[in-house]
Amino acid sequence: MALPPLDSPQWNSSLRAFAWGASSITRTVLTMVLFATYLGIGALAHDTKFSLGWTLASTAFVWAGPAQIILITTLGSGATIVQSAIAVTVSAIRLFPMVVSVLPMMRTPQTKRRHLILVAHLTAITLWVECYRFLPHVPRERRLAFIHGLGLGLVTVCLIANTIGYLLAANLTPLLAAGILMLTPLAFLLSTARNCRELADVVALVLGLVLFPLATKLGSGFDILVSGLVAGTIAYGVHWWRRA
Amino acid sequence: MSNFIGDWHALVTLFIAGVIPNQIWRMFGLLFGSGIDEGSELLVWVRAVATAILAGVIAQIVFQPPGALASVPDALRYSAVLAGFLAFISIRKSIFAGVACGEIVLLTGKWWLG
Repeated sequence: MALPPLDSPQWNSSLRAFAWGASSITRTVLTMVLFATYLGIGALAHDTKFSLGWTLASTAFVWAGPAQIILITTLGSGATIVQSAIAVTVSAIRLFPMVVSVLPMMRTPQTKRRHLILVAHLTAITLWVECYRFLPHVPRERRLAFIHGLGLGLVTVCLIANTIGYLLAANLTPLLAAGILMLTPLAFLLSTARNCRELADVVALVLGLVLFPLATKLGSGFDILVSGLVAGTIAYGVHWWRRA
Repeated sequence: MSNFIGDWHALVTLFIAGVIPNQIWRMFGLLFGSGIDEGSELLVWVRAVATAILAGVIAQIVFQPPGALASVPDALRYSAVLAGFLAFISIRKSIFAGVACGEIVLLTGKWWLG
């Protein structure tokens, strides 16, 4: 089912736009991938002796898969709060450029900063990817309502998945657990690849993958940041050089 | 109910080690991103860095696998990613086909190796 055309009266109400956003969780394969990922996080949290309430709170308030996996594994393996906080914050740096690039797509001259707080919170890899796909088909003045619907819909799916994963944990075989953990890189890689619109995007993706193993050899402790900054800047250089 | 929440200290730890270090970057984005134009050159660079950092997260899970994924041999993990990408390319850029193919390679390979 496709979204209504841009000039359709369906877009006249914000509530309708919210509902279109919420129902759009059925229009992306990433919802299934998130479901499976958060099934895995629920199981991981159970095995690491965190409570179900803690797990659900981490999904609602952190809302970033990689950060949650890092938090659970580091705290579970006996790291200090400070060590966990540093690992989480390094993984979360990517949220800064994501928020910066996503917000202009839904801002209108009337939009106040406080209207964007919830969208900033909901912004994570999946929402960032889907904004580029969905928003061109949503009238600008309804984009905020649409994204609130889509984002809260995805959070709800993940809270349900957490609960199921937590309760299933005892029955998850190592084979299935490995399969669930593999879903994340596969889905993130392919959805980013599909979203590559310009050469700069392709260069950033490929170089980001290739430079990471090299960055780990430097042993700085900030591997993802180093490879990301270098690969992203080279990709921007390619973009600039082609335009010049 | 106390079982559902568990230890209150753990919730405090969640906020100090998880929520704040994570949210701070979103709030920076909200504070400093407001003035940036959608078509600006700065945004092209920022987007490229975000894409490359995401690529790094993907690479980290594959090269330094967490938990149960670490029990899968390196070559099998790389083969699964390659198979998934080839299926994605050859079947009309379908994410579903790519993910399914990668998973089939990983699961049957792991099952066969025991």
